[in-house]
Amino acid sequence: MDPSVSAFQLLLTGDPALLGIVQLSLIVSMSAVGVATLVGVPIGACIALTHFPGRTTVIVVFNALMGLPPVVAGLAVFLLLSRSGPLGPLGLLFTPTAMVFAQVVLVTPIIAALTRQTIEDLWGEYRDELTAMNVGAVRRVGTLIWDGRFSLITIVLAGFGRAAAEVGAIIIVGGNIDGFTRTMTTAIALETSKGDIPLAIGLGVVLMAIVVLVNALAWAIGRAARQYAG
Amino acid sequence: MFARRLLIAAVAAFFAFPALAQDKFITVASTTSTQDSGLFGHILPLFKKATGIDVKVVAQGTGQALDTGRRGDADVVFVHAKSAEEKFLSEGFGVKRLPVMYNDFILIGPKNDPAGVKGTKDIVKALTAIKDKGASFISRGDRSGTHIAEIKLWTIAGIDIGKDKGPWYKEVGQGMGAALNIASASNAYVLSDRGTWLSFKNRGDLEIVVEGDKRLFNQYGVMLVNPAKHPTVKAKLGQQFIDWLISPEGQAAIANYKVNGEQLFYPNAHDRDA
Repeated sequence: MDPSVSAFQLLLTGDPALLGIVQLSLIVSMSAVGVATLVGVPIGACIALTHFPGRTTVIVVFNALMGLPPVVAGLAVFLLLSRSGPLGPLGLLFTPTAMVFAQVVLVTPIIAALTRQTIEDLWGEYRDELTAMNVGAVRRVGTLIWDGRFSLITIVLAGFGRAAAEVGAIIIVGGNIDGFTRTMTTAIALETSKGDIPLAIGLGVVLMAIVVLVNALAWAIGRAARQYAG
Repeated sequence: MFARRLLIAAVAAFFAFPALAQDKFITVASTTSTQDSGLFGHILPLFKKATGIDVKVVAQGTGQALDTGRRGDADVVFVHAKSAEEKFLSEGFGVKRLPVMYNDFILIGPKNDPAGVKGTKDIVKALTAIKDKGASFISRGDRSGTHIAEIKLWTIAGIDIGKDKGPWYKEVGQGMGAALNIASASNAYVLSDRGTWLSFKNRGDLEIVVEGDKRLFNQYGVMLVNPAKHPTVKAKLGQQFIDWLISPEGQAAIANYKVNGEQLFYPNAHDRDA
């Protein structure tokens, strides 16, 4: 990237390096949120609808993990994926896949904990109805997730916000490699350390614009779907 | 619905990653100075053109970069602290150390020079004055090559910085650029490599206050991580990179890298003792 021009000019002129960075940021965070949703929503729903010994502890742990510092998640995944670590033979350290891995660790507790709360509240409303209809456990979970889908979209967006905003985890496991594992946030950290504050600010504004855009799109789609669903 | 489509797209993108990865690449653990100065941005495209090999640079402090090599997470280490590099070799983690290039460290400080060190060429005298006057000093504090060099200079000055440091001495534990940013914001002295300083843009009231002392010499060396310790090391491709760095072509590429007309690194692969 030519540092003498602003991030906006680079974006408007379609600078391939900047577009690559934006693209990688979106792919990594969206993949992580996708996996975290697949894992976190069922976990959250199951915790909400079942009773087992130690349930309260599990809930507290998930709630606490919502505040897991990204550097801690990054360090844990780093130690797992390092060549000298248990998953070293996979050769995943310093790759985008490692970054997705770290963000999944960060985002899954958020999605699981918020889903549990949402489903538990819904269960309070639906309990009599579902019990009267004698619905099985699996269908019960399915029904509640489906009926809570609009709230769940907000939860997924919260997860995406967390993933798109963090730098601590991906800079450790990705290594901030130019053209390979450099994202918006790690690029901002790098440009700041190079003393190129204007470019760093520009990248920051671009990142925020993208996050706003993603949220606006999700809101619009959610609203259309809600109207369609009546 | 939307969430499901997002999921499908996300999962598809997840599995598409292997397709993005290039086949011929090596991972090089190097220092923040080589990256922040822009050197890699200049020489790596030339290397790729010559050999078709992609180089993925993880920029860390020298100590951390050597640890990355020790764990087998890099194929080549390219750093600047001879004593730490020789330790790496003696532990068997490196195959052979080859000198590549040098530049020098410089003492950066505020223009109003509260310690009154401007003009002297004697870095040891300057550091002693900074300590005696209690002028703000920013230390990298991260086991980087520059941090190791700084500690060595304090030792030469007869100062045990671990014991003698006061509130004037701040260890920031960050890269060179970040340390310069902090010095710039707090008008403090800081030891920097010349390359990072020349390409650094947020200088504020800082300038070079001491330079040219031969104890400020800054040598860079390159080593292949020992495949006998870590069989996953791409020894052939890594060696190709090392061979290119010390070849006339690679040495010329290093010499030709300039910022505002000023050369940042001086190739010296021929100097076997460096």
